[in-house]
Amino acid sequence: MPACIHELFVEFIVSVYHRHHHTYMHAFGIGLTGLVVALGYLMKQKNHHISLPLQLLLPRRFGITDSSFYVCGPALKDIKGKSPSLKFERRKKNTRPGILVRQLHIEEQLLRTSSENWCIINDGTNDPTIVMGFSGKPAELLEIESVLHDQVPVIRRFTGGGTVIVDHQTIFVTFICNKETVPDLQPYPRPIMSWSSSLYSKVFGGIGDFHLRENDYVFGNHKFGGNAQSITKNKWIHHTSFLWDFDVRNMAYLKLPKLAPAYRSARGHLDFICRLKDYMPRSTFIDKTVEAAGTQFSLRSLELEAVVTCSETEFRPSTRFLTNEELAAAAAAVSEQQLGLP
Amino acid sequence: MALRMWASSTANALKISCASKPYLSLSRCFSTVLDGLKYAESHEWVKHEGSVATIGITDHAQDHLGEVVFVELPEPGGSVSKGKGFGAVESVKATSDVNSPISGEIVEVNSKLSEAPGLINSSPYEEGWMIKVKPSSSSELESLMGSKEYTKFCEEEDASH
Repeated sequence: MPACIHELFVEFIVSVYHRHHHTYMHAFGIGLTGLVVALGYLMKQKNHHISLPLQLLLPRRFGITDSSFYVCGPALKDIKGKSPSLKFERRKKNTRPGILVRQLHIEEQLLRTSSENWCIINDGTNDPTIVMGFSGKPAELLEIESVLHDQVPVIRRFTGGGTVIVDHQTIFVTFICNKETVPDLQPYPRPIMSWSSSLYSKVFGGIGDFHLRENDYVFGNHKFGGNAQSITKNKWIHHTSFLWDFDVRNMAYLKLPKLAPAYRSARGHLDFICRLKDYMPRSTFIDKTVEAAGTQFSLRSLELEAVVTCSETEFRPSTRFLTNEELAAAAAAVSEQQLGLP
Repeated sequence: MALRMWASSTANALKISCASKPYLSLSRCFSTVLDGLKYAESHEWVKHEGSVATIGITDHAQDHLGEVVFVELPEPGGSVSKGKGFGAVESVKATSDVNSPISGEIVEVNSKLSEAPGLINSSPYEEGWMIKVKPSSSSELESLMGSKEYTKFCEEEDASH
């Protein structure tokens, strides 16, 4: 029986933010600090351990001008019997507006068209941006007047779940996996949520009474991480926005949701959420997340290949900005309803 | 149905899990499978009556998805292809594709689901139907699973996880 050799190759690339001010009506510069890490995933086979060769991760420009994305992907096909790899995507801040939408587009494209497994860690955006779930209704979830007045961008994403307001203090972690990737995991919401919480339990290791409460990551009964998923026939995505820190003023743009978890007990935003920074340094959180993922995923040989952008394929993502007109119309409809108008 | 929901809820509330694999679901296939319908491996059902086939998701699927809060359906007049997605359901935090077991033209869509998405949970085979289709190929229907085969499929799928 061969000895089990765990090979981890981790490459951290830190990009630098550049602030950009856009003169566009919805101007906001979103910076992304990307972190690309290649991890190894070693799946023990019964009475058989698999070792993987150590190979370099060679980032290549993704093909967007003012390059913001570095994708590391295997040129090699999966070898039968070998464990699937987990690829990390580097995100470097781009000065063009709509970069968060771009990230979500790429996540959606990877979910729909890639046969690989991915982990994407994004280190925040620039200006506050509201991100609603698949079926979110602006009039029910947002203080639209304030949102329009302050020109806060609003995105409708392709995954389910609730509404968050994110900024440079938010950390995003995304896992995109083939449904067979995690042994014994049924591709349904609750098992995936449970799997994710077991991974993050390794990150927090008892700190702050971390646990998954209903569908949120909490310390005690205070939420610091919101989750959302999308499940297709063969793959699933689970992404989390972690409240590293937040500006209390931003919470004023959000209404109390009708569909709230029971443990919220009608608490206001500020009584309900907490800051991750009060429990763990930012770099420690990212390092430990990478380390935890490394206990389940292994690095495969990686050579870069060109990754096709959304514009180069027939894939059309569903994530998009809501226009001012749409938001205003939603607010008007509610007003008419309240006045009893047809 | 109530007993199944209670059993599943109790398991979740008690956080029953294995030490090494806490994400294993212990709910087994208590779901209802109706005779006379055909079933796809992606857990959709088809009821073929005359020239129209009605499609929805199974009791097994709705049980595993949880409370459905939103349903996205196509417009009548469009087409569906076997194995391809035609809509989605949202349950709490997740959107899940719904795939068509057969190909054909959409002739009707269940408009009640926009106001009452929970019909998929409470009545997955009747009031929770999603689309009606004019099938383009009878052989596609024949290739689907019958009730016994689908029951076994669910049991094996749950047992393997």
